Amino acid sequence: MAGTVLKTEAVPVRSDADVVMVRQRVRAWVNEMQFSLVDQTKIVTAASELARNTLEHGKGGKLDISMLQNGYRKGIQLVFSDDGPGIPDVRLALTDGYTTGSGMGLGLSGSKRLMNEFYIQTEVNRGTTVSCIRWK
Amino acid sequence: MDRIPILRMGPFLLVTIQVDMHDKLALTLQDDLTSRISDVGARGVLIDISSLEIVDSFIGRTLANIASMSRVLDAETVVVGMQPAVAITLVELGMSLPGIRTALNVELGMEYLRQNTIVEGSGDGWDGSED
Ligand SMILES: Nc1ncnc2c1ncn2[C@@H]1O[C@H](COP(=O)(O)OP(=O)(O)OP(=O)(O)O)[C@@H](O)[C@H]1O
Ligand SMILES: [Mg+2]
Repeated sequence: MAGTVLKTEAVPVRSDADVVMVRQRVRAWVNEMQFSLVDQTKIVTAASELARNTLEHGKGGKLDISMLQNGYRKGIQLVFSDDGPGIPDVRLALTDGYTTGSGMGLGLSGSKRLMNEFYIQTEVNRGTTVSCIRWK
Repeated sequence: MDRIPILRMGPFLLVTIQVDMHDKLALTLQDDLTSRISDVGARGVLIDISSLEIVDSFIGRTLANIASMSRVLDAETVVVGMQPAVAITLVELGMSLPGIRTALNVELGMEYLRQNTIVEGSGDGWDGSED
């Protein structure tokens, strides 16, 4: 990962309405960064999935959006953090179809496919941070 | 907005999703449509998502739920107008929208409903009016 951070913005993730706001803020950023329409759609969709996880599984948290520069490449980094229950088995959580709720278990594995880099840091009873990047 | 309007056109119900729906709004739509189908005995439901810039797993699941509930109530559902970028993303996300009939636009969606639903002749209340 790495690269220089050009600018950042924090967005709270505490309600349904915040999840909509996450989609709108991420859309504004990727649009400004001139990602292709398909890439914009992928990034916003991943953001929506991860925001919902932060809200529902992580009991609320926040998103930090950053614009990265790595040599000639620009990228967008999304960092979702919460201090919820954590994920006991990350490998299992990343399996398509695995859910501890009523979802389809596609959010985590699917958003990993939609982004270029994907990292999960988590500790049981401490919280979870999911960081991901899509390069232009 | 706390509700998505549902229009009735003869035996069919039409919904155009024009806002970025928060999750509760999507669930309300699911409930509203289900009760509306049984209230009016609708034979088909057309959902226009051409204004939607993304469909994530939650919206996808909501559409799938609507389709299966309407099937139980003997109505067909067709989802129309999905943007190509949305379709590409859905596949990569891993959602195949099983059981959901799609069509390119409203005209083709209506055509599908007309051909795939049995609508009794006139005189049984289907006067084409909206309510
Ligand atoms: N921030 C988080 N905190 C705690 N657990 C999490 C977090 N994010 C994901 N998980 C765990 O990982 C599982 C898989 O997440 P994923 O997003 O893939 O599926 P889901 O949210 O259950 O369903 P879907 O996203 O398809 O609606 C969740 O069921 C949950 O147990
Ligand atoms: Mg999820």
